[in-house]
Amino acid sequence: MSNTRVTVPGRKRLMRVPDAWKNPLAISGTVIVVLWLLVTVFAPWLAPFDPLAQESARLLAPNGTNWFGTDALGRDVFSRVIAGTRTSIPVAMILVVISLLFGTVLGAVAGFLGTAVDEVIMRVTDVVLAFPSIILAMVIAAALGPSLMNAVIALLLVSWPQYTRISRSLVISLRSSEFVIAGRLMGSGVFTSLRRDIAPNVASPMLVLAAADFGSAILLLSGLSFLGLGAVPPAPEWGSMVSDGTSNFSAWWIAAFPGLAIFTIVVGVNFMGDAMRDALDPRSNGRLS
Amino acid sequence: MALTTTDARVPGGAPAAETGAPRPPRRQHPLLRYISLRFGISILLVWGVTVVTFVVTNLVPTDPVNAVLGEQAANNPEIVAALRTEMGLDEPLIVQYWLYLTRLLAFDMGVSAQTRSPVADDLARAFPATLELALFVLLFSTVIGVGLGMLAALRHQTAVDKTIRVLSLFGISLPVFWIAMLIYYVFFYQLHWAPGSGRLDSALVPPPLVTGMYTIDSLVAGQPDLFWNALSHLVLPAVVLTLFTIGTLVRFSRSAILDVVRHDYVQAARAKGLPHRIVVVRYILRGASLPILTMSGLTFGSLLSGAVLTESVFSWHGLGQYAYMAAISLDLQAIMGVGLLIGVVYIFTNFAVDLLCGLIDPRVRVQ
Repeated sequence: MSNTRVTVPGRKRLMRVPDAWKNPLAISGTVIVVLWLLVTVFAPWLAPFDPLAQESARLLAPNGTNWFGTDALGRDVFSRVIAGTRTSIPVAMILVVISLLFGTVLGAVAGFLGTAVDEVIMRVTDVVLAFPSIILAMVIAAALGPSLMNAVIALLLVSWPQYTRISRSLVISLRSSEFVIAGRLMGSGVFTSLRRDIAPNVASPMLVLAAADFGSAILLLSGLSFLGLGAVPPAPEWGSMVSDGTSNFSAWWIAAFPGLAIFTIVVGVNFMGDAMRDALDPRSNGRLS
Repeated sequence: MALTTTDARVPGGAPAAETGAPRPPRRQHPLLRYISLRFGISILLVWGVTVVTFVVTNLVPTDPVNAVLGEQAANNPEIVAALRTEMGLDEPLIVQYWLYLTRLLAFDMGVSAQTRSPVADDLARAFPATLELALFVLLFSTVIGVGLGMLAALRHQTAVDKTIRVLSLFGISLPVFWIAMLIYYVFFYQLHWAPGSGRLDSALVPPPLVTGMYTIDSLVAGQPDLFWNALSHLVLPAVVLTLFTIGTLVRFSRSAILDVVRHDYVQAARAKGLPHRIVVVRYILRGASLPILTMSGLTFGSLLSGAVLTESVFSWHGLGQYAYMAAISLDLQAIMGVGLLIGVVYIFTNFAVDLLCGLIDPRVRVQ
């Protein structure tokens, strides 16, 4: 799997260790993520109560009926956490897929064409990356007005440049490689060359990047919602549920459980991402191919 | 930061670069040229940031006139027209941008709808509080983060390395606003180990204003009690932000150090029998100092983001709480001000980092 990266010569014993210990990380990450995906799919059947209904007493501590307690409006926190999967997870997926596609294509075009196109695209990425991403997203989301859709637009606008940067540098290193030049000499046009020769070599490192980015997409989205710039109140969204908890500190369960949900899924994604990065090692891929 | 001081002694490289280049007559010292180039790029980026905030401000679906006027005045077409002219809204966008830029150069960022005072004044008041927090955290998290990263790298593939790796993955997965609330709840609300909110106990009077950072100002004014109080208030938010940034720092310094350890010169140093401590400090840390320094610069940016999401939990009257209050009340001028300020601070932090890299490593300047 990754015998290409033996670091300490003359110590054979070490060579078998990495594969053995990388797997637990990959396995536990995958288990966590798959469990959450199952919860997302079966959310309506898993939630014991209507996540929007104010049917229990207010601020009940966790008990046999309301496993995670109830919030300030008497809604069941457990049901809201379960229902929250249907916001955070699909939205984060859409976000990552769109910014991955857009950013990668733009970076590939910039890297392949070079010259003025490259210059313009890269200067735009410079400016976007001149802000910490949650700050720029906050500014844009506030200007557009608070809604889940606008939060997604804001996050899309800030998240493509990292893909552009990396795909551009991958393409630049590939562009001058012999098999690409050979293809061009044999008459491939720009887009044929990009699609047939370059895309397959850019794909795997970009996918690793996207996998790791899925976690930060969830964090950013819930962060915006925490600031009141994402999902609009009655909707069960983890970030805004944590924010609900700020006004009732004694009722720790209001914030603790949705936050725990964010934390566990992001941990799962990052475990997977880390294991994948090891397996593919995009850095050496990018330089050597 | 200990890294920069150990490595700042290197600039023996500076004269070497000069004597090494008598062949092509260079007009400017390479370091100077490097600095001015970096500075120029930073200024261009700042300009780009103003373009972004201007464009974003103009995206707003609501008419800025309505935001300023009351409902009655907004229904009076004459007042609206007069205000439009006064605000320059009748001009073409380019002219409007020019007006915007000239106002910004005079530190005029408009008036906050929520505090009813100029955004620039609010920011000037809030920034030192955040800076104080960020500097403490930067110090802590760099020392601890680089330490742990180094430990993991030097014990590569051992149980120590694996443990640190998993912990750092936990660290980068934390929703910072959540861990802030948990820590606040446990250590203040339940255990009362640390003071809960604010930058000082409410009975105390802030020290006379020098830097706006209470820990420094109280020392300047010779009030040790105030210093300890301010420090105790700093602890919980600082712990939260350290948890938030440390994961990335550990991972990054670990891989930077692993890259260095593989080099022949490190093997050579070991082979000739240098003590482990010397190899680590003079060979490995020095070799890894550039990427680690760059990482610290980026950490500063993420600290400011973290502050935006945590300060409100601790009622820490800094940029973060200001941004949070502005965001929940949709106070656009204030949000733009925060965005601009953080963007500019971030750019100049990276400029400072580039500068330090140029000082430490002569190779960086020649590019």
